[in-house]
Amino acid sequence: MAINAPTAGGTAALATAGREPSRAAQIWKSFSRRKVALAALVVLLLIVLACLLAPWVAPYGPNDGAVTDRLKEVGSAGHVLGTDEQGRDILSRILYGGRLSLLSGVLPVLLASVIGGGLGVAAGYFGGWTNTIIMRALDIVFSFPAILLAIGISAALGPGISNIIISATVVFIPPIARIAESAAKEVRKEEFIEAAKTSGAGAGLIVRSHVLRNIFGKIFVFSTSQIGVCLMVASGLSFLGLGVSPPTPEWGFMLNNLKQLIFVNPVVTIVPGIFIFLTSLSLNLVSDALSDALELKR
Amino acid sequence: METILEVKNLGKTFPIRNFIGRTKGGVSAVDRVSFSLGAQGTLGIVGESGCGKSTLARLLMRLIEPDTGEVNYRDRNILSLSGGPLKEVRRQIQMVFQNPYSSLDPQMTVLDNVAFSLWANGSGKAEARQAAYEYLDAVGLSRTHADRMPGSLSGGQRQRVAIARALILKPEIVIADEAVSALDKSVQAQVLNLFQDLKKEFALSLIFISHDLHVVEYMSDEVMVMYLGRVVEKGPTERIFGNPAHPYTRALLASAPSLDVEHAGSGAPALAGELPSPLNPPSGCRFRTRCPLATERCARETPALTEVGPGHQAACLLIEESKSA
Repeated sequence: MAINAPTAGGTAALATAGREPSRAAQIWKSFSRRKVALAALVVLLLIVLACLLAPWVAPYGPNDGAVTDRLKEVGSAGHVLGTDEQGRDILSRILYGGRLSLLSGVLPVLLASVIGGGLGVAAGYFGGWTNTIIMRALDIVFSFPAILLAIGISAALGPGISNIIISATVVFIPPIARIAESAAKEVRKEEFIEAAKTSGAGAGLIVRSHVLRNIFGKIFVFSTSQIGVCLMVASGLSFLGLGVSPPTPEWGFMLNNLKQLIFVNPVVTIVPGIFIFLTSLSLNLVSDALSDALELKR
Repeated sequence: METILEVKNLGKTFPIRNFIGRTKGGVSAVDRVSFSLGAQGTLGIVGESGCGKSTLARLLMRLIEPDTGEVNYRDRNILSLSGGPLKEVRRQIQMVFQNPYSSLDPQMTVLDNVAFSLWANGSGKAEARQAAYEYLDAVGLSRTHADRMPGSLSGGQRQRVAIARALILKPEIVIADEAVSALDKSVQAQVLNLFQDLKKEFALSLIFISHDLHVVEYMSDEVMVMYLGRVVEKGPTERIFGNPAHPYTRALLASAPSLDVEHAGSGAPALAGELPSPLNPPSGCRFRTRCPLATERCARETPALTEVGPGHQAACLLIEESKSA
């Protein structure tokens, strides 16, 4: 959220001299005071970076298996997180699979933020019938249990990662729209909106320059908190076989695949689960701290 | 004096709906209000909270659509305009809002808050910002203030920003709705004087709305007293404050704290009781429930504004009676 600070050349030095720390700096200061959140951020960055850089970081290819290396324990030489029933290195598959898993956690929330945010802002700002129609329609979607709705849509569309993303997006639109609606409703009452109207600004300009700017923080914080949930929903769908097809690695599907080894090699079985859990937990801790840090400046 | 704004019979009733959306009565916020504003004059509007002053301001700005009446700006009825012509007229009437903590966008720099008005009217970013610097300068804020966020400014400074934002569109009329009520007394004086100076500098006509009698007396050429949505008395400032005709004006003056010894013992009883609900206003004269002089007739008949002196009108049946007697 860079806020543009135009400074005419000559006065630039003067203006920065006695200036209070920027908003970003203040948010960071308050965020970094929470050690747990800081640790979570580090964990999250490590996971994301390792997954993105999988081709360079991973010790093996995701589908390279050797029959001689089957069912290795966690901590075996050469296979830190063990191997599966085909002798494929779990760590490598986790790293490669993380790309799809993280994508299916982030992308639906991103799409839902844009769609749901837009609907919510329109409903909240214009009110009246617009509000009734949009919000009641979303209530219908919201009234289904999220996971069942996601399973239903995915099953109807057929298996595949893109369908998982579509169904998860649909599930996350209503809650995000609700947040956006209530935030936009609140901002609409402010006198600076009235002032903007008296200056002759149209609704489009007011929404773009005043409303969105003032509710961005709220939507952003809420959406980040939903990424963890979305990651679990997507993994869940994948676990049920609605996601990728073998041999593509993906955390939820790996969990499904490894569950048959639960009596043979229980520790290896839960490795993908641990990654889902760790990522989700870190995301929540980070978004929690972020929410507090942003609140500080309101 | 040339008339710049003429308001005739302006009225607004807010419908109250029951839970299935059917109208079950209404709040009469502004009822048959008429007045005119002379070019470069200042009209003060006083009354207790809830008497419809702010609604009146919003009706003039068309932030709320009136039910009845006309608002004529230089002989054009604003209420019949829409689209481009409305936008054009709106530029000529700007408003300074009551709460400087809510009237500036907290997420925009002070400069952009001011420049926004020009952007809304199709001006380029750079030139709007340049103009904003000039107007901030005119209200006494330096360039170091311009790049800050409103959150780091004091109430008085914020109100200066709001004034700059109103002026940047070069309006002819500025409506100040309780513009100094949220400020400390010492800061109030500065902002009031700023209004006086800017009024001269930019040849403005002012509508100054306040519940504070001292502020209105200091600022205005003419004063209009409102009670529960109606005008009860209007006239030149000296006459209203020196020789009030309506019992409500007298009571209002008597209840205002004053350090002035001569005014202290004016004899009129101070205002007692609560303002009745505008949802169900008293019949006839709306002030009768609190009026020490009320008779039975006040419940039956609605008083009209009658001339009590040069340019001085009051709406009270007792005055009508004494004149006809």
